[in-house]
Amino acid sequence: MRISELKKASERIKSVRPFFNMAIVPILAVFTALVVGALIILLAGGDPLAAYRGLFQGAVGSARAWSETTVWATPYIFAGLAVALAFKGGLFNIGAEGQLALGAVMAAWIGYKLPELLGVSLPAIVHLPLAVGAGMMAGAIWGAIPGWLKARTGGHEVINTIMMNYIALNMTSYLLNGPMKDPNPLNVVARTPEIAQSARIPPIFPGYRFHWGFVLALLVAGAVWWLLQKTTLGFEIRTAGANPDAARYAGVNVSRIIVISMMLSGMLAGLAGAIEVTALNYRHELGFSVGYGFDAIAIALLGKTHPLGVVLASLLWGAMRNGATRMQFLTQIPVDVISVIQALILLFVAADAIVRWLYRIRVEEEKLVLTRGWGG
Amino acid sequence: MDWRRLGFIGLIILILIGIVILVGGSRVSPLVIVVSMLATTIAVATPLTLGALCGIYCERAGVVNIGIEGMMLASAFFGWFAAIYLNTILGVAPLPSLLAGVLVAVLTGGLLGLLHAVLSVTYKVDQIIGGTVINILAIGISGFLNRQLFFEKGSIFGGQVPHAPGVLPRLRVPVLADIPVAGRIFEQQPIAVAAILLVLLTHFILFYTRWGLRTRAVGEHPRAADTVGINVSRMRYANVIIGGLIAGLGGAYFTLESVPSFEPLMTNGRGFIALAAMIFGNWSPFGAWAAALVFGAAQALQINLQFFREQIPPQWAFLQQAYIVGLVPYLLTIVILTGVIGRTTPPAADGVPYEK
Repeated sequence: MRISELKKASERIKSVRPFFNMAIVPILAVFTALVVGALIILLAGGDPLAAYRGLFQGAVGSARAWSETTVWATPYIFAGLAVALAFKGGLFNIGAEGQLALGAVMAAWIGYKLPELLGVSLPAIVHLPLAVGAGMMAGAIWGAIPGWLKARTGGHEVINTIMMNYIALNMTSYLLNGPMKDPNPLNVVARTPEIAQSARIPPIFPGYRFHWGFVLALLVAGAVWWLLQKTTLGFEIRTAGANPDAARYAGVNVSRIIVISMMLSGMLAGLAGAIEVTALNYRHELGFSVGYGFDAIAIALLGKTHPLGVVLASLLWGAMRNGATRMQFLTQIPVDVISVIQALILLFVAADAIVRWLYRIRVEEEKLVLTRGWGG
Repeated sequence: MDWRRLGFIGLIILILIGIVILVGGSRVSPLVIVVSMLATTIAVATPLTLGALCGIYCERAGVVNIGIEGMMLASAFFGWFAAIYLNTILGVAPLPSLLAGVLVAVLTGGLLGLLHAVLSVTYKVDQIIGGTVINILAIGISGFLNRQLFFEKGSIFGGQVPHAPGVLPRLRVPVLADIPVAGRIFEQQPIAVAAILLVLLTHFILFYTRWGLRTRAVGEHPRAADTVGINVSRMRYANVIIGGLIAGLGGAYFTLESVPSFEPLMTNGRGFIALAAMIFGNWSPFGAWAAALVFGAAQALQINLQFFREQIPPQWAFLQQAYIVGLVPYLLTIVILTGVIGRTTPPAADGVPYEK
């Protein structure tokens, strides 16, 4: 019968609908941003097609390109998850930047200083987890402070996390120019000494920078999904984020959840920094982390705060950053144009109504609500 | 503004001035230090005051604006670019170039204000996210164009940063500027003077005009305002754009009044500190100005300590570390936001999109 066939078809559409609904706006936002970006390149006197060809080649055109794209994507996944998790709890963590930087500083410090302090060389099985754990701890504390301030005093986390960023930046500048500076007489840069071999995560394939940190990032994304969807704590975080009053009424200790959400969020950002140090750079250098905080926000929004979405958005971000170098080499268009395109992506994701209007999409979906005034 | 918060502001400024006198008093007369601190404080508080006024216009109308930082950064860049372009490419004299630069900066701010209004009033995007979009957009565009226009070979300026037309000249307040020693406080550059005039003007507009009453009405109770025939969307659009224009003037301070150059990310969180000043000042122009002066004093401390680097006694050696003294404004912001020095109340409908 015709009607039963129709029913079947509509059932099939319904089963892919949720994914379609979630993914359609981000995909169209990326497309629109690339079109607008092409116009900007054209206006600035470049050849957009050549630019995008270079971008594509540099991002995914070879095994090495893929390897580099995952290297770029790794910290984005951790930091994007950090912001996404806070979003789920109704909190806006603009402080991923500072949490990441302190995580990197702490991991580096444990990495080069601990064997010296103890006077023995540590086995990797002890040293590496200590270094990574210290980085996570530093990030967790840096995230928990604005969380605690919000829960206790109502001080808004948006401003406080930004202030914590500047404090972290000043602190790392002080440390890397002073007490923690690489004592090598040839060194003129604000950076730490190299960490010990026992604190390093080895690369997977010799000759490529692709490292286990990326695999860990995927596992952590799974863990965050599990935490949010399958545990009581995750349920409490989501409830407190969706409607704090209802959560309070249902017996959730919202203040506690705010602190825990911000602590977990900071921990993930700290992990991003720790992995960059232990798996990639083997030291922390000033200025390496500039911009991760805002990128993480864009990634969390583009990924619709879903861990899988965050992973995909991070890969896209990593691919763009990575490919931009080749683009600049081939076409002399500065890599910074990527920042403009990424900002446009964020604009179109945030103002999804513009994208819906452009492409005549009617589907409504739930909106992320963060602004609840400044008071507590 | 209540006495408790006003007292706190006075106390902090006194402490900050006291530190400089303790350090440098042996070499320079304390009076000169006080004058120098006050003059620097007023000057460096300028972008904070203007940023806070931008916040007041937006939030009194019910729109949270955390994009002030981005508005100032973009304005700083475009104003500077316009001034240099006029001066070096078209050969316009320095002063008209600078003034045109200020105009371009103000318009850039207004344009971003319009964008924020479109996002938050028309499309009802979450206002915190909308503000973040503006911040990221400003960082991207100013960074890209700065590189593309100045540092790339074959660009307008041939890969070389040209000599800037300098900065805006100082104005002398008649009579007051002639006072010996203390007259220095009344010699300020035009944007600093404009900021103070705008504080007065904003106070008058908000509390003594029909426009101000309507603005406050749509920020406190848009439904009631709508019922008596006030167009809520139009009021919000207008106020957010006005706020943007003022933030644009704040942006001009960075590249046309403070230093004759542009650095990526040069606003350095001043837009966010301005928000804290607005909150501490209870969304009133005078309160926000007083709070901005505290942050200005904290920054003036850092600047003035640079003069007395050698005088700093060894047990206070940490004061030599610019990184550590530089923390003061940020720590102050956090302390102020905790509300221990008195809580403030935002407009009731702040941040809530209006659904008809």
